[in-house]
Amino acid sequence: MGKIKQFFGRRSSWSIPYLIFMLIFVVLPLVLVVLYAFRDPQGNFTFENVRTFINERESVNTLIYSIGIALITTFICIILGYPAAYILSNAKFNSSSIMVALFLIPMFINVLMRTLATVALFGFMKVPLGQATLIFGMVYNYLPFMILPIYTVLQKLDKSYIEAAQDLGASNVKVFTKVTLPLSMPGVVSGIMMVFMPTISTFAIAELLTMNNIKLFGTVIQENINNGMWNYGALLSLIMLILIVVTNLFNDEKDEDSAAGGLV
Amino acid sequence: MKDSNFIISLDHISKRFGDKQVLNDVNLHVKKGEFITILGPSGCGKTTLLRILAGFVTPDEGTVEIGGEQMNSIPPYKRPVNTVFQRYALFPHLNVYDNVAFGLKLNKVPEQEIEQRVRKALKMVNMTDYEWRDVESLSGGQQQRVAIARALINSPEVLLLDEPLSALDHKMRKDMQVELKEIHEKLGVTFLYVTHDQEEALTLSDTIVVMNDGVIQQAGSPIDIYNEPVNAFVADFIGESNIVNGTMICDRRVNFLGHDFDCVDEGFGENKPVDVVIRPEDIYVMDAPNKAAMFEGTVQSCVFQGVHYEITVITDEGYEVMIQDYNPFEAGKKVAMVIKPQDIQVMRKERTCNTFEGTLVDETHVEMLGIEFECLPQALYQGEKVDVLVDVDFDKVDLLDDIDNAELVGDVRFILYKGDHYYLTVMTEDRDNVYVATNDVWDERDLVGIRILPEDLRIRKAEK
Repeated sequence: MGKIKQFFGRRSSWSIPYLIFMLIFVVLPLVLVVLYAFRDPQGNFTFENVRTFINERESVNTLIYSIGIALITTFICIILGYPAAYILSNAKFNSSSIMVALFLIPMFINVLMRTLATVALFGFMKVPLGQATLIFGMVYNYLPFMILPIYTVLQKLDKSYIEAAQDLGASNVKVFTKVTLPLSMPGVVSGIMMVFMPTISTFAIAELLTMNNIKLFGTVIQENINNGMWNYGALLSLIMLILIVVTNLFNDEKDEDSAAGGLV
Repeated sequence: MKDSNFIISLDHISKRFGDKQVLNDVNLHVKKGEFITILGPSGCGKTTLLRILAGFVTPDEGTVEIGGEQMNSIPPYKRPVNTVFQRYALFPHLNVYDNVAFGLKLNKVPEQEIEQRVRKALKMVNMTDYEWRDVESLSGGQQQRVAIARALINSPEVLLLDEPLSALDHKMRKDMQVELKEIHEKLGVTFLYVTHDQEEALTLSDTIVVMNDGVIQQAGSPIDIYNEPVNAFVADFIGESNIVNGTMICDRRVNFLGHDFDCVDEGFGENKPVDVVIRPEDIYVMDAPNKAAMFEGTVQSCVFQGVHYEITVITDEGYEVMIQDYNPFEAGKKVAMVIKPQDIQVMRKERTCNTFEGTLVDETHVEMLGIEFECLPQALYQGEKVDVLVDVDFDKVDLLDDIDNAELVGDVRFILYKGDHYYLTVMTEDRDNVYVATNDVWDERDLVGIRILPEDLRIRKAEK
């Protein structure tokens, strides 16, 4: 009995269930992805998949196209999201949290349902589905993820910095460019991570909003896996993972404070 | 013509936040090159006054002039003042150099001149070689120095300092006080310093302005304020003091602690109630019996305080006085005491009783302080409501523990010990002040019920 008590008394013991969970659902799949990526269907070690990826221009083009779409989406999200977050965080324009809630409520509804509704809306308005509607759908879905981190950072921003800048001779425009904007960059970086990474890998929105006319990288992966081409699909997944890890590393180096600017 | 002697002129400044009057008709004139300190307890309006000068707060009434120019509608960034903030407010995304250079860069000063001036400013605050350091890696004292350099580099006409040393430890604070004083002397810039620390104010200032409840209580040199406080609040706030009720018998003769004393004050009239202040170090204490003794008492406690002993004596008449002396006196010992005439500071009493504005609603009820009080039948009432003034002596106001059953509730704002009783200021929920003399011990911020008996209301007709 004593030993059991001792075991549960130690705080490090409590993390064991989570460690097991992580091993089964995070580490093991990652290892499997890597293993599958470098094997042929018979289970022999091979670089054939890498060769196919490089030679088959289609996959590379889709990847570049996906990154392009993700960049555009992220850019539009910043352009729309920053002013929105700025207004929401400014007590002069917005004294209640109702506005913030209004921006967040759409997030409670499932992405697929929202996207289907958007498709129906475009159909009703007789707007042809294509690249423009795809970007619209992506921005619509990911905008809250841009607004929220920026809003959090701006709201926590010590007002005395702004007063100090005014005191030292900065006009309102200068206060924004020299103090508010640089100090809210952690929020913007978090927002970019929250929007850019999921948009590279998205496929459902692309499928629905373009009637499967435009393929994104996520769609390609999904098709390969669906069609039993596990090894090639795994390699494509691996490439995307590396891409995400690289952007993440860039984020870590850029600012350690970004955690503080993350989602509430 | 503007009087060029004054760098700052505040005239009839008033400011309210919601229903709280933060500043009430404040007038302040500051000479060029002066080190002026605004001193007061928290919530007295001193920071608001500073923010009005900096331009972050607009006064409801009154005019702000800096350097002879009207500043009321000038935004902060166009004012010839710079501020050292309480929490420094150094920009965390910039290093020390860029923080200090911030103001110069905004003014498009040539790069070479910026570098020279930044180095000079950092040298002045003893922060040479810290240019490229991250501001968040600096200690509190170092951040404070950078903040001072950043504010002074723009050569402001006035430097505003908002409790700049309050976040530092005791020793650091002492060092920074000396340095601030040196910087002030070297540059000749006008310093306006806001603090709640009376010691800091006495050490640093040319002029001290004592504020309470949004009103300037007294302005003068540190020595004047210490030796000749104009009222009980100032005497209590600056240094330690014995404040007792007294009666001015005639010019140069005052009665307090149950004895008559010679003093140097004149012009109070005869037999007028006054407040008397005696600093603890101004009471001379000797072994009893002693021929020179003016009054005698028994030592109640004697505590060593580093340099002197703090001795509490109960006089034979039952008053408690606090004395500071370099010699110890055992508790229980009989002692004799002497006070020199020039050490007795006599102050006019601000008020001798409470006076409330009210309305007589019927023969036996008067409405005041937001509720109805019962009173003795009044001949003033002739079938119509009458505006009246109601006088209530300080010792006729009862304070009750039981606030649930009290019709009028207030909280204790200010406590003064007057040797044999306490003098309290109680603020009601409607923000009216009720002054109370009581023997009971209350703490500041205590919630109390307020009761006044019908026979203690003295009602007279309000003058037109």
